[in-house]
Amino acid sequence: MANFKLKVNGKMREVEVDPATPLLWVLRDHLNLVGTKFGCGMAQCGACTVHVGKFPARSCVMPVSSIGSQSITTIEGLSENGDHPVQKAWLEHDVPQCGYCQAGQIMSAAALLQSNKNPSDAEIDAAMHGNICRCGTYTRIKKAIKTAAKQ
Amino acid sequence: MTTFKTSYNRRSFIKTSALASGGMMLGFNWLAGCMPSRQKVGTMPKEWFEINGFLKISDTGVVTIMSPNPEIGQNVKTSMPMIVAEELDVDWQQVLVEQAPLNTQLFSRQIAGGSQAIRQGWKSLRMAGATARQMLQQAAANAWSVPIAEVTTEKGVLYHKSSGKSATYGAMASAAALVPVPAEVALKAIKDFKIIGTSRKNVDAHKIVTGQPLFGLDYHREGMLIAMMVHPPAFGLKLKSYDDKEAKAMPGIKSVFTIKSYDEKDERQWCDISAFAELLVVVGNSTWEVMQAKKALKVEWEPIASPGGLENSDDHFVQMAKRATQPATLLRQDGDPEAAFKRAAKVLERNYSAPFLAHNCMEPMNFFANVTDDSAELVGPVQTPEFMEKSVSTRLGLPLEKIDIQMTRMGGGFGRRLYGHFLVEAAVISQTIKAPVKLIYSREDDMTFGCYRPAYYVTYRAALDANNNLIGFHVKAGGIPESPIAADRFPAGAIDNYLAEEWTLDTNITVGAFRAPASNFIASAEQSFLDEIAEAVGKDPIAFRLDLLKRAKENPVGKKNDYDAARYAGALELVRDKSGWTGKKTGAHRGVAAYFCHNSYVAIVLDVEMEKNKPIVKKVVCAVDCGIVINPDAAANLTEGGMVDGIGHALYSGLTFKEGIPQQSNFHEYRLIRHGEAPKVIDVHFVKNDIDPTGLGEPPFPPVFGAMANALYQATGKRYYNQPFFPETT
Repeated sequence: MANFKLKVNGKMREVEVDPATPLLWVLRDHLNLVGTKFGCGMAQCGACTVHVGKFPARSCVMPVSSIGSQSITTIEGLSENGDHPVQKAWLEHDVPQCGYCQAGQIMSAAALLQSNKNPSDAEIDAAMHGNICRCGTYTRIKKAIKTAAKQ
Repeated sequence: MTTFKTSYNRRSFIKTSALASGGMMLGFNWLAGCMPSRQKVGTMPKEWFEINGFLKISDTGVVTIMSPNPEIGQNVKTSMPMIVAEELDVDWQQVLVEQAPLNTQLFSRQIAGGSQAIRQGWKSLRMAGATARQMLQQAAANAWSVPIAEVTTEKGVLYHKSSGKSATYGAMASAAALVPVPAEVALKAIKDFKIIGTSRKNVDAHKIVTGQPLFGLDYHREGMLIAMMVHPPAFGLKLKSYDDKEAKAMPGIKSVFTIKSYDEKDERQWCDISAFAELLVVVGNSTWEVMQAKKALKVEWEPIASPGGLENSDDHFVQMAKRATQPATLLRQDGDPEAAFKRAAKVLERNYSAPFLAHNCMEPMNFFANVTDDSAELVGPVQTPEFMEKSVSTRLGLPLEKIDIQMTRMGGGFGRRLYGHFLVEAAVISQTIKAPVKLIYSREDDMTFGCYRPAYYVTYRAALDANNNLIGFHVKAGGIPESPIAADRFPAGAIDNYLAEEWTLDTNITVGAFRAPASNFIASAEQSFLDEIAEAVGKDPIAFRLDLLKRAKENPVGKKNDYDAARYAGALELVRDKSGWTGKKTGAHRGVAAYFCHNSYVAIVLDVEMEKNKPIVKKVVCAVDCGIVINPDAAANLTEGGMVDGIGHALYSGLTFKEGIPQQSNFHEYRLIRHGEAPKVIDVHFVKNDIDPTGLGEPPFPPVFGAMANALYQATGKRYYNQPFFPETT
């Protein structure tokens, strides 16, 4: 067990956990931030995607001890009122079906648009490759990313 | 307007005693996260008047409509309340939606399965809205001393036009709650629909995109423990012994013990399928700690006495191919198939196969349970709450009324959550440790402890005469352990000499319904085979199918054909027209398929190109006849998803076994379709008619496998008989 001070969604949070604990379970079990989803536990499905600094990260394989002072943004902290351009585009295209993977999809898409304001189809495919949607909302996600890119 | 007797659904309109005594609805019991979003209506009203089990109206005119069925992504939480709101004649902007609790007294069929929610809920949902509207009209008529026939409604306001009087539903709600339930109500004419047939956004969308707790896995209760399980690694093994010394000493670990999810003496229902009788359970404070302790367990397994032993997928294929050549059970015979094949100038014979499939809902199986000496509270994702309530009651020895199941939004279902053994397991674990507990499956648990789609194999034969007429048709289908055949479906009814047979092989691998059960394989095989026959007789594949459907419509063979040939043809004609089908190659390589299942008709034209030996789906055009479309954009979304999901399973997915062990345990081994592999364009069209609506969760899924196979043939010159078609592609 060790003590960790984490900057999550702009606030300092403190947890006492095993240093090997993945960020995902720190968020879900210890900080009650359950918007970040558990899908595979091995960085294969993207449901657990958060931002560490400016970059997308699979929180299910990221030990809490590896984070240090980097700031963490989860779906709950992506915007104040759900009005991030990506979230708005998701609503406009009514993307979700079951909705379980969508937090991860949105976090991957938001990170993509932060580094690439106007991604091509191929760039979207590459950036989103790690996010699985069993419901098959991929074509709507692509449309929503393009809509968000225009904002 | 047509008048309907309400007695059909009378039990839905029992008023609670709280209302009789003045009307305010009291506190609710279900998840805060499942409460309606306040975004839309601003301040939540304080006073609510329950008009019937489906809806309550506040003093401010805001209406809360209960969505009775479990939500697995099929969007019933939006579309079912839309139907109620339509007949209530209320502004959709004034509607909040709540997930109804499991209540078999108030609601019928609280199940997500078979694409039946809209079809079977259609009448009762309309009735619920219409009854409430009529009670509001009656309340206004009483207040204004005018005949009810003169009270009209529009967007949540009651009017008496000649006197100029008006009142909002909110103003009349308390009086309406005391009006006797009418014996008859009038339903709207379809032409007067204002909400049905217009696109409305998913009522949970804002919560989903902002990450609010909605799903079973998100559920939290103060003092709750986390449980995970260890199950036999292979189908055909059981627990022999275990050493938990190290695991028990690990931080945060409370207990290690075994459970039997089902007791051998108890009678099981259809949904009580479970792969393993005895399971090893680890309970602790947090998920990560429990995951670590699981790894520290030392477990020995031993074989169970079973006919299959430890099974191998390679053997399965050989066994099915062999079984297919042996006598089978007759399901349907029209004319004299044997004679037709004897006199045929040409016989076409083809075999098709498909592997077991894991459901892979993105939210792994889980459930919360809090079992005490005299009650059981369960919260989580399950498609069959009203059945599982009985299973839990039996297993725990508690009366049914002491079992409370609350439905959360589900991170996918696809049939997997019809089999609620995980709910029973959670209940038994909570009962054992006498504490509230959330049972969580890891992805590996979820994938290797499944109720899989069976493995299938089918042989098709076609007899052609010298003039290339299709004079005989023979389908002989089987599977491990179920056959995929529906003997009375097309092309039965279109061919004079028709023979359908089936066989099965035993296994100790557990199977269950998977999105469009059986159809999800047989559609592909049948539609591929019809494509080959069309080619053999030199006809355009759409024209060939339409000729058969014309025969089935005008002069059907047999009396038991379970499809409407005209609607089937209508979907094909629509996809032909919308895709600009010419039958000649104009750009991409095209394949067509059409299928009828779960009461809806779907026809698809799919365009594919091969790039670096990988199939790239350029476009899918889809025509759907599901009767009246409730929520068009959401219906299109569900159809698009069915296309993507079907293409992925046709090309990539499969679960194989070696010595009884599933060879894929997570997404690095089990291929699901990913972003770049989805079609570039999906174009969905609905046949416009006034036929009562049917479902869409399943029907679009099966035919796309066939369209894919047929397009691949055009692109590669090679027929694809064995699914998945591109298993090695990464």
